[in-house]
Amino acid sequence: MSGIRWLLVKDLQILRRSPLLVVLLVAYPVLVALLIGFALSGGPEKPRVAFVNEVPPGEGTFNVGGETRDAADYADRLFEAVEPIRVDTREEAVELVRSGDALGALIIPRDAPERLRSMLGLTGDPKRPTVEVIYNGEDPLKQSFVESTIETQLSRANQALSQEITKVGADYLDIILRGGEIDLFLQKVRVLGLQRAAEVLREVIGTLPDGSPYRDQLRQVERFAQLAVDNLDLSDAILASIAEPVQVKQTVLDGSRTPLDAFAVAIAVTVSLMFVTVLLAAGMLALEREEHAFGRLVRGLVTRSALLAEKMVLSALCAFGLAVALVAALSLFVEISWSSAPGWLAALLLGAVAFGALGVAIGAAAREVRAASLLAFLLSLPIAFLALVPSGSVGPALYDVIQVVSALFPFDPTLEALDRTLNDGGQSIAGPLAHLAVLAVAWGALARVAVRRFG
Amino acid sequence: MIAATELTKRYGAREALRAVSFSAEPGERLAVIGPNGAGKTTLLSILGGLLAPTSGTVSTDVREVGWVPQQTAVYGKLSVAENLRLFARLEGVGDVEAAVRRALDDTGLAERADDELSSLSGGNRQRVNIAIGLLADPPVLLLDEPSSALDPRHRQRVWELLDRKAASGTTIIFATHDLAEAARHADRLLVLAEGELLFSGTPEELETAVGPAKDFEAAFVQYLEERGH
Repeated sequence: MSGIRWLLVKDLQILRRSPLLVVLLVAYPVLVALLIGFALSGGPEKPRVAFVNEVPPGEGTFNVGGETRDAADYADRLFEAVEPIRVDTREEAVELVRSGDALGALIIPRDAPERLRSMLGLTGDPKRPTVEVIYNGEDPLKQSFVESTIETQLSRANQALSQEITKVGADYLDIILRGGEIDLFLQKVRVLGLQRAAEVLREVIGTLPDGSPYRDQLRQVERFAQLAVDNLDLSDAILASIAEPVQVKQTVLDGSRTPLDAFAVAIAVTVSLMFVTVLLAAGMLALEREEHAFGRLVRGLVTRSALLAEKMVLSALCAFGLAVALVAALSLFVEISWSSAPGWLAALLLGAVAFGALGVAIGAAAREVRAASLLAFLLSLPIAFLALVPSGSVGPALYDVIQVVSALFPFDPTLEALDRTLNDGGQSIAGPLAHLAVLAVAWGALARVAVRRFG
Repeated sequence: MIAATELTKRYGAREALRAVSFSAEPGERLAVIGPNGAGKTTLLSILGGLLAPTSGTVSTDVREVGWVPQQTAVYGKLSVAENLRLFARLEGVGDVEAAVRRALDDTGLAERADDELSSLSGGNRQRVNIAIGLLADPPVLLLDEPSSALDPRHRQRVWELLDRKAASGTTIIFATHDLAEAARHADRLLVLAEGELLFSGTPEELETAVGPAKDFEAAFVQYLEERGH
């Protein structure tokens, strides 16, 4: 143990005197982590969209159920998801899209409020208002993004308008049912209502002589009124279902309902942990050989196993410290479950040890610092990529292969353990931790075999 | 004293060392010479505990043997004193600071103690390399081509140091290609060729065996060729 202690001190001294290496080791994963974190949690910036409102000021109003609404209120809903560049003409908007200054353009034609009014008023020949969307087709990804953003926002605006109309319709039906006043041609009109009509009919039927021929006819009208009263009571629910005919109920079968931003933190921290530990362990072990000190050390001063353990401990401790600092920093942006800190600290520590074992195996195989670093880097990227491939995105057989390959490396179980604990999902992490322990032993044993080749 | 008995090392079908036996007394300077691939480094590696022999024994415990590899086995990012301190601690030396001071004095590097090793010349680095081998004051010191790649001035300093250690009772065993150096600084020579011990004796005895010649090196090559090497 004493030998390991002095080697640890030595390696820390060497690291302290290699500022470029330290900066690279720390800055690179932090940069990667933050990029991933922000990319997944922050989402894209609002796309810049050129906006032309051809409706003259003051002419954008329409009436719904006696209440005056402004079309601009609904247009504003579009701007919650896009950054509008307001221009005056369609040509200007098209030029902005062509030049790339705007991802797309949205044009509200001059007749839009008029068409809306005709549709709501059910007067003349009602026509639905149409807005125009223009975007560049040069980049399919960009096109899809703009298309989907604008369509989503238009759909929301449509839904809001539909809800207003539904509400007005329901109010009208309520007046027909229970009676009341409605505005018609700028004057109040009193409506009797079906309920009251049925009562009136019953009263009238009661006054008619038994043999009156009107009695049966009026009873039919009274039954119709009562039937309408009974069924129109359901009108609110029916209209609501027309406004939103399908509701979505989500059930997660496997995994956790982790918010995307919290999952991004787990990914960012795991990526950083992997890069620092693997690169450091591989590089520092290869350095012993490059400095020709390996032979001197293992001829009785320390055992090969102790030397490997020292590199694992060194890299794991450095990466663990960095990962904890990273979690703390990311907690400024995303909510982290501090109550489950013992869990995610254990996940970080065991993950770091397993990555350290992988690192020394790489260092023992490569033997030179540059080769070890390159190999560590080349191996780490696909490991992370494979672990993030979602089920269903590839064929079942290929996904099974990916699952097996991912299970051979510490990235997947570390991410799983972190995801479960950082987000306070209440799920056990015993499985991933046991997986990491097995991987640490397996990669350590492989490194021990490989290091026999060191001279 | 160190004694090797019937040391054999095989790598698959190839025999790197064939039943080599010899012994060296305290204070004796023993040079192992021979052409490339003769088995010199293999022999020293077995004596130093870096390699296990396929068969045969070495009388001395590896902890009583100091090891100076051919390439400087030190850390470039540490200072001279830090390198010495590290290996003194790993060797389990009782008084680490005293051992470091002694090594610095022995090698004449006291003034460079705080210099980073990577800033030293090749000669000075080799002196540190040797100093590390001497830290635990071992009864036997093994050196693999200690003066190769050194200029004459540094070479002279290294040999002065080794001669002093031998005078104080340390057994010095070194491998070299340089016949003149071996003859000058060794009390006895072991000639190896293709893993086989061809000769063991003083430099004068080797000269006699090789035969009188103006060019000793050429005569030595001829001597090896006559024996099938």
